[in-house]
Amino acid sequence: MKKRLLYLLPIVLLGLFAAIAWIGLSPSRDPSALPSALIGKPVPSFKLTTLDPASGGLSQQDFAGKVTVVNFFASWCVPCKAEHPLLFQLGKDYNVPVYGIAFQDQTADTARYIQEMGSPYTKIGLDQNGRTAIDFGITGVPETFILDKNGIVRYRLAMPIDADRLAGEIGPLLKSLQ
Amino acid sequence: MTLRAVLLVLLLLGMATALDGAHPARADPTIRTADQPLADPTLEAKARALMREIRCVVCQSQSIDESDADIAANLRNIVREQIAAGKSEAQIRDYLTARYGDFVLLKPPFNRSTLVLWLAPFALALIALGAGVMTLRRSRSAGAKQPNDLSGTERERLNRLLVDDPESGGGRP
Amino acid sequence: MIAEIGHYALVLAFALALAQSVLPMVGAAKGIRPWMAFARTAALAQLVFVGLSFLALVACFVRSDFSVLLVYEHSHSQQPLIYKIAATWGNHEGSLLLWVLILAFFGALVALFGENLPPRLKARALSVQGMIGFAFLAFMLFTSNPFLRLNPAPLEGQELNPLLQDPGLAMHPPMLYLGYVGFSMTFSFAVAALIEGRVNAAWARWVRPWTLLAWTTLTAGIVLGSHWAYYELGWGGWWSWDPVENASFMPWLVGTALLHCETVVEKRDALKVWTILLAIIAFGFSLVGTFLVRSGIITSVHTFAQDPARGLFILAIFIVALGASFGLFAWRAPTLNAGGLFAPISREGALVLNNLLLAVGTGTVFVGTITPMVFSILGLNPISAGAPYYGWTFVPLMAPMVLLMAIGPLLGWKRGDLPGALQRLSAAGIIALVVAGYVLHRQSGTSIWAPLGIALGVWLALGTIIEWIERVKLFRARPRENWNRARHLPRAAYGMTLAHLGLAIAVIGMTGSTAWRVESVQVMKPGDSITIGRYAYHFDGVLPARGPNYLAERASFTVTKDGKPYTILYPERRQYEVQESPTTEAAIHSSIAGDIYAVIGDRAGPDTWTVRIYHQPLVPWLWVGGALMALGGLTSLSDRRYRIGVPNRLPVVQATGA
Repeated sequence: MKKRLLYLLPIVLLGLFAAIAWIGLSPSRDPSALPSALIGKPVPSFKLTTLDPASGGLSQQDFAGKVTVVNFFASWCVPCKAEHPLLFQLGKDYNVPVYGIAFQDQTADTARYIQEMGSPYTKIGLDQNGRTAIDFGITGVPETFILDKNGIVRYRLAMPIDADRLAGEIGPLLKSLQ
Repeated sequence: MTLRAVLLVLLLLGMATALDGAHPARADPTIRTADQPLADPTLEAKARALMREIRCVVCQSQSIDESDADIAANLRNIVREQIAAGKSEAQIRDYLTARYGDFVLLKPPFNRSTLVLWLAPFALALIALGAGVMTLRRSRSAGAKQPNDLSGTERERLNRLLVDDPESGGGRP
Repeated sequence: MIAEIGHYALVLAFALALAQSVLPMVGAAKGIRPWMAFARTAALAQLVFVGLSFLALVACFVRSDFSVLLVYEHSHSQQPLIYKIAATWGNHEGSLLLWVLILAFFGALVALFGENLPPRLKARALSVQGMIGFAFLAFMLFTSNPFLRLNPAPLEGQELNPLLQDPGLAMHPPMLYLGYVGFSMTFSFAVAALIEGRVNAAWARWVRPWTLLAWTTLTAGIVLGSHWAYYELGWGGWWSWDPVENASFMPWLVGTALLHCETVVEKRDALKVWTILLAIIAFGFSLVGTFLVRSGIITSVHTFAQDPARGLFILAIFIVALGASFGLFAWRAPTLNAGGLFAPISREGALVLNNLLLAVGTGTVFVGTITPMVFSILGLNPISAGAPYYGWTFVPLMAPMVLLMAIGPLLGWKRGDLPGALQRLSAAGIIALVVAGYVLHRQSGTSIWAPLGIALGVWLALGTIIEWIERVKLFRARPRENWNRARHLPRAAYGMTLAHLGLAIAVIGMTGSTAWRVESVQVMKPGDSITIGRYAYHFDGVLPARGPNYLAERASFTVTKDGKPYTILYPERRQYEVQESPTTEAAIHSSIAGDIYAVIGDRAGPDTWTVRIYHQPLVPWLWVGGALMALGGLTSLSDRRYRIGVPNRLPVVQATGA
């Protein structure tokens, strides 16, 4: 009898594996996406010069007291161009300041990019050595973070924003935080 | 040239998710991070050893020591700076996991959630040992009747079975 | 037109597979001979139709017919012919067709060479094989049709990824698939045996050639893949414990255990339950590998595009195939009689231990592969398990096996003499320890892992040779007798000797290349020189070069060893026609002591380049060892005793010889 039970073990294990695989195949799951280690933690402190010298530098203190969107981008990044118009929409429709951080980009290139594409950003920080990006746990660009009023990181998107996500995920989150 | 490996991953991802805008690093940053090996060879060796345990976050299964990706170079320099500044390996690991999560360690940390991962092989070994002991004990042939020792009647019966069975292909005992 | 022919052939094969699955199985149950015999016809016809379909696809690629979607996505008119052909299987749909082709091929082999199989067993085995074919043909026809058309037809294709335009990588999938899919045949035989309720020595002898063929080709496939990664990816690594690499390693480990188990069933009529279970699990892992690569559940350098619908289909095939076979197993296993008895210390005992160690090894790799995936799926804190993890778990658990491998063959069946065996191996042990000491002394650093690894390899190599010496009675009998004995040793014995020797050499190669690799990254301009150890590398310069479908920068490095001219290395940086990113070709010079390896990277300035130079000690031993293992498998395969038919000729010989 005990042996019989032992012989059933393979089927049981198979069932377990199948169940997990089933969940793993759900279309909403992106296997290459890494959840951010920063979710639920305060935004990292940093200090960067800004593209426009007159705006006087960018640091985490700029985010204090309001719901903010932080967007990492670069002039050499093609998907960033694709999501750029949506950043305007984001700022306007949900009444949130969008801060940009240019990642490993020459100042002149960033300036040219902004001139061409327009700026949805309240301020643009220049992270030329990429250290601030690493502090945010960035794996590339574009990446977008949403911070709540207390400066806690609530959301991170490691790919370009698209209209569906804006309406379905980002928009509702922003509304709930405000 | 592991940039190629990275790009191959992305290319393959891109085939199906091209419209989704598969993530990053498809173009190279215009400001590249150069590797700056430490002057002190012992420290550099220590840094390299640690690098082999840190995952390149944009590659698959490669350490930052091996990877060509720019972000890997950045992370390498961070490791070097911190080693030179006298930080311990644990501190550097904490620094990286605070930003990227436990995922960034190729040698998973030993904590409650990874207990399964670390103990499983050895648990399996113990189970196997137990199974082995059981199997071998059952098969102990100390003076047991040999299966080849058939009695006369048994042998006869065997003959009859084999000759009569159309499946046996005509084999003889 | 050709594409449509290919498609119709596939549909016909699908219908045939259905017939092949049903009729012979029913025939075997009810004893209807014509229906059982139909299995043979069906299997042969399957090969014809699937073969036709495959050839049609190849023809589309060779003709650069860009109206076929697959050809457009993976080929280019300037591509060399060999890569146009290889592009056939350099994608999901085409490689799946290759998979099904090999499935049909194995079925046909059994149909052709299985003349002396008992009709029921043959019918059932081919029926199960037909079921697998049916499932995968359905998968192809409904979700992964290779013959989809593109209208209007583009003028030029998107080119096969340059990384895949390489002879090693062109052959890697076919080899691997011969292995993976080869295990389908052992699976079919195992399920057939379960249905029949009988596992005996004869069954083991019939199954063994298929297991050997699958194992040998899988070995070759894995070694080819590693070798390719080594020279192509440019950082001198040959194994990264990637989930898909692991997915090829696990069936290999299980297949090795299965091979050894079959020997015990054949010789001693024991370990039947183990053997059947392993046969099912080996193919199970093949299916898992297929699942991982094609379902989108993970991403890896090896995965094809993500598509959850396809993933679900494969998962369904996997669950049905394994669920049914495990169910059969649970039902029948208790009735399989235990068979021959043996003492714990005996060759059987050693083989049991060997299997257990292999099972633990497989389990470890499985846990390491699956756990990060499971964590990620269940939403837990993501972790990753890379080389360091396996270095601390798999390697220490496998070391005892290498130790055991030298002892096992020297133990007798039923009851072995351990002290005697150890005494005969004492020479091997002493030499191994001496070598370990020498290595410890010569290496920089005090790590014991390298000396240990080398010692294990030496121990196994010498132990294997000692076993052969014993068999041939070298030094104890006259050379004439030695020669006679050597000539008459069964090929399977030589197979074992070669395979074990191969593993020993590979272990030495693995240890050396992992422990003592040296890397030097420099920014150099022409005229610069760097020295690593006894070698000096002088950067001569970079010249443009041209290939059939690429432009290249070719660098030249003059290498001297101890001051004397040694070789010239020509690493390249290639830009292919369509792909935007450049690829590098490393320049490697091999010798028995190891490889020197140069890679030219990005330009770091107007006249400067990033240069990576590696010293890879003992790496060639890895490839030689791997090749020896595969050769061992082939040698065993050629053993007369495994040609089906010999067991039945025996009575005739006895009659005439009497």
